[in-house]
Amino acid sequence: MANIIGALATSHIPAIGGAIAKGLEQDSYWKPFFDGFGPARQWLNREKPDVAVVFYNDHGLNFFLDKMPTFAVGAAEEYRNEDEGWGIPTLPPFPGIPELSWGIINHLVEREFDIVTCQEMLVDHAFTLPFKLFWPNGDAPLAVPVCINTVQFPLPSAKRCVALGRAVGEAVAAWDSDKTVVMIGSGGLSHQLDGQRAGFINKPFDLKFMQSMVDDPEWAAQFSVLELVEKTGTQGVELLNWLAARSAVPGGVRKVHSNYHIPISNTAAGMMALEAA
Amino acid sequence: MSVQKKIFGTTPFDGAMAQKGYALNKMCFSFNNAANRAAFKADEQAYMRAYGLNDQQAAAISARDVLGLLAAGGNVYYLAKFAGILALDVQDLGAAQTGMTKDAFKARLVAQNQQPSTM
Repeated sequence: MANIIGALATSHIPAIGGAIAKGLEQDSYWKPFFDGFGPARQWLNREKPDVAVVFYNDHGLNFFLDKMPTFAVGAAEEYRNEDEGWGIPTLPPFPGIPELSWGIINHLVEREFDIVTCQEMLVDHAFTLPFKLFWPNGDAPLAVPVCINTVQFPLPSAKRCVALGRAVGEAVAAWDSDKTVVMIGSGGLSHQLDGQRAGFINKPFDLKFMQSMVDDPEWAAQFSVLELVEKTGTQGVELLNWLAARSAVPGGVRKVHSNYHIPISNTAAGMMALEAA
Repeated sequence: MSVQKKIFGTTPFDGAMAQKGYALNKMCFSFNNAANRAAFKADEQAYMRAYGLNDQQAAAISARDVLGLLAAGGNVYYLAKFAGILALDVQDLGAAQTGMTKDAFKARLVAQNQQPSTM
């Protein structure tokens, strides 16, 4: 049976990719953000997970409003990154593992999640940045992307994302393989890009949410999506990806490391590494 | 029917907004492609006509009016690609939407560190 080693979570912001490309990690603006990843990288270097299941939201690279799935699971040999409109250098393809993708898809449908499956899937910064941040030397695991709609309302509820994560965790745990798997949640924390409320940040809520990832993983599921928008901003609701990733780890976790820094771009940037207890 | 619950300065991008803004967002989605960005820059009016933008949307694009683009059904994830053409970042957008200078907007972000750590 495959072994789930834990969960990683990080904010994703296009400017992070720019900073990496320019080698600005130790620049005073970026240092408090990038330094947070050191202990997580050391842990990953010891554990060397074979596969990462990445819960993220697409920002209009693979999906447009013509077809907008609530949940989409990648089942490709590889996932390509492309220009998101800013001309930032694109990254080499990320290798997939269709065997596990289909294991997850089969189990999710059996558990009555009516997902979309993708044998071709472009991946944007929300998917690529966690790999660059947690595996800066490129020795990254194989990937299974799980895309959650945070663009067009109605979004799936936090409660539903918990259930999705749990079902993904069941599928991975049932996979007849000796491989190790890490869950990744990409997005958040509090931020709002649009409207007169742009620049909204909610530090006490973010810190409470991060603590709940360790000791009360369903805490955030008490809130409706609109309550989460109110508390975390229109893009802060991307924390749904963290919630799904945490829920995909069965049982308790031990915190390897966490970091929280305001601001990177317009965002309260958080990261966590959680080891399955 | 629109999503209920009023949050200051926030318009959830629901079905009604997605329908209203479809042409505008579709044009912005096309800006993922460098050739399309160049075509827009070469002739903005013709490019907007080709995507069927309505008068409200075209006027907001021409005026670089961020709040106007949101009111016309624009979604920020797609509008970000338009902002990229103009070499604007999200602090520029934030400043424009809140009526602040960019420096003041950035200072306000940094000041959020002073929020309490507990709820």
